[in-house]
Amino acid sequence: MTVRIGWSATAPDFQDAAKVSLGNTQLRHNVKYATDVIRAKRAKVVGEMPDWEQLRQASGDIKAHTMRHLDRYLLQFEENMTRAGGQVHWARDADEANQIVRSLIAQYGGKEIIKVKTMTSDEVQLNRDLEAHGITPYETDLADMILQLSQDKPSHIVVPALHKNRFEVREIFKEKMHLPELGDQPTDLTDAARHYLRQKFLTVKIGFSGANFAVAETGSLVVVESEGNGRMCLTLPDVLISLVGIEKIVPTFQDLEVFLQTLPRSATGERMNPYTSIWTGVTPGDGPHAVHVVLLDNGRTEVHADPIGRQTLHCIRCAACLNACPVYRQTGGHAYGSVYQGPIGAILTPQLQSMEHSQSLPYASSLCGACYEVCPVKINIPEVLIHLRGKVVREKRRHLSGKLDPENLGMQAMTYIFADAKRLEAAQRMARTAQWPFVHKDMITKLPGMLAGWTAARDLRPIPKQSFRQWWRKRERKPNA
Amino acid sequence: MNISLFIAFYNDTLFPETGIAVVHVLERLGQTVDFSRAQTCCGQMHYNSGYQSEALPLMRKFIETFRNAEAVCIPSGSCVAMIREQYPRIAAETGDRKLAAEVNALLPRVYEFTELLVNKLGIEDVGAFYPHRVTYHASCHSLRGLHIGDIPLRLLRNVRGLELVELPEWDQCCGFGGTFAIKNAQTSAAMLADKMKNIISTGAQVCTAGDNSCLMHIFGGLHREQANVKTIHIAEILASTENASIENASTEETSAQKVSTRKGSRA
Repeated sequence: MTVRIGWSATAPDFQDAAKVSLGNTQLRHNVKYATDVIRAKRAKVVGEMPDWEQLRQASGDIKAHTMRHLDRYLLQFEENMTRAGGQVHWARDADEANQIVRSLIAQYGGKEIIKVKTMTSDEVQLNRDLEAHGITPYETDLADMILQLSQDKPSHIVVPALHKNRFEVREIFKEKMHLPELGDQPTDLTDAARHYLRQKFLTVKIGFSGANFAVAETGSLVVVESEGNGRMCLTLPDVLISLVGIEKIVPTFQDLEVFLQTLPRSATGERMNPYTSIWTGVTPGDGPHAVHVVLLDNGRTEVHADPIGRQTLHCIRCAACLNACPVYRQTGGHAYGSVYQGPIGAILTPQLQSMEHSQSLPYASSLCGACYEVCPVKINIPEVLIHLRGKVVREKRRHLSGKLDPENLGMQAMTYIFADAKRLEAAQRMARTAQWPFVHKDMITKLPGMLAGWTAARDLRPIPKQSFRQWWRKRERKPNA
Repeated sequence: MNISLFIAFYNDTLFPETGIAVVHVLERLGQTVDFSRAQTCCGQMHYNSGYQSEALPLMRKFIETFRNAEAVCIPSGSCVAMIREQYPRIAAETGDRKLAAEVNALLPRVYEFTELLVNKLGIEDVGAFYPHRVTYHASCHSLRGLHIGDIPLRLLRNVRGLELVELPEWDQCCGFGGTFAIKNAQTSAAMLADKMKNIISTGAQVCTAGDNSCLMHIFGGLHREQANVKTIHIAEILASTENASIENASTEETSAQKVSTRKGSRA
């Protein structure tokens, strides 16, 4: 089995990729502007809910319950979806998922598909696989279409082209749609997109989607969206194929009541999203006459097996944690080198790949806790980040090079010093002396090695001549001092 | 009441004036203060950086030192958050029930400095005098870890002569995050730049907080930018009175270095 999460296996470390993003002032401006707008909208519609905390708790509880009985609910979903006329396929990993989708398209003699926005297809790199086999996928979500036309990568889970502003989008459309006279107003751009897409909606015979929820009780799939392109893709084609992560299950139809309140408010700051499509198998004479569901594992059962990491699978992909994250807001999403960015990406991406890749991501956080505060399913992201850092350190220390890593040596030295206050006092005296080569005019402005990062932008006050414990000792000797 | 201080190694080493100020405030309020020299570190740096097994002996040491304390006072929100959030988890992971019971018995007696004043001692006016324009930075751990709310603000509002100005985007991280500031130094510096812009926009002479870790970071940036704003721990503001400002209260050697007096030192 080969788990693959987008291009993350070959992506550079976060700290290196972040340097590139931080140097792009236009990108940083776009990201800050967009996240500020969504954050403000979210705060407003969440603030008006008197039972928001109960809704969060209920969302988290339903997910935790589902994860405890995931095997049972998955089989129940399969049974009910099949009974309703759908066909269920199981994919262990990215390659298997792509192969199943490809052979289904071939089975119906298709050469093109129209796609609803789906992160899961980015995860398995479906488009690349289809194109390599002569099948053309058309992204119909406006942002995904922008990315596809410009051969760019998503930088946000909900608003994947958030790093581009409308002037940049106009340039892409002008070139790719051959529209030299295109204006830069939002209506100009959506008009252009509508003309381009309408023809696809009316002619392409195979639709493709992910799902926000898969209801075990009824065998239904649910897609929540804003643009109406999803509704077109889900209803117009003859054939519908949906790629769904196994964690998308909810036990009952009534559970949707909770998530359809928490998801739109958290994701786009809307009380209700414009389009919610729910389908259960096949209905003769209405919509696609062939409905397929590919249930994807791709590392999820590994995550499920970890008692602390498991909560990561509760995620409903609202991206509230991205918008709230002060790190994401500085760097944007590309620095994460993953289809899943921000705080949730920092815990999901490495875990799905059994910590073999993206090991820098658990460190891409100041542990400020803003992500946990806004998470509508109460995933304790800082807790998982710390847990994953522990895994990275344990793995690193299995090898000599990791044992000799300056950070590990520093931590071991601190462990030795902190074990005994006498050692701490000796270390304080030593550090006070050792710092003098770096002190100029009562300030440290340049440090070597690992600490150079600090002094690149910050000064450091030197260690004062007297520690607190020295002051206390003097005072004990002279109680009235 | 007898109050045991946990100063944390970095305050002990780098910011002795904070501990001194805590002693002055508590004694002025009629409390008895003790300091056990056996203490070192709560283990947060190790734990949050992924060196979790190293945090266990430090937790044991903390429990041993403060087992019989009537109240433990810690002038650092992040240490208290570490102790409250992670100690029960660390203890549970050992499977040692006695240890877990000891943690649970000690936790209700552990207070962040401003929590101790307001929640335990019931005092919001400590009789301080500090005639400066001050803005307050809420550390992430005190804000989202301890849910400390407006406790520090209530104390600051009762300080004579102090003009409190609200910090824009007050709930945003300053970018310190322990080893984050080293590992992801550029991102951290970008976060700090936003924080400094907000601090400077208030026109405050002083930025205060309950965590010297944030303040060390903010000071580092402000000093580098030669901004005319001091950083000072809230305990030092609360220790200042008409008779004795904090500069007099602490010894000459340990008095805080102030950005204003060092302005232009890099020129």
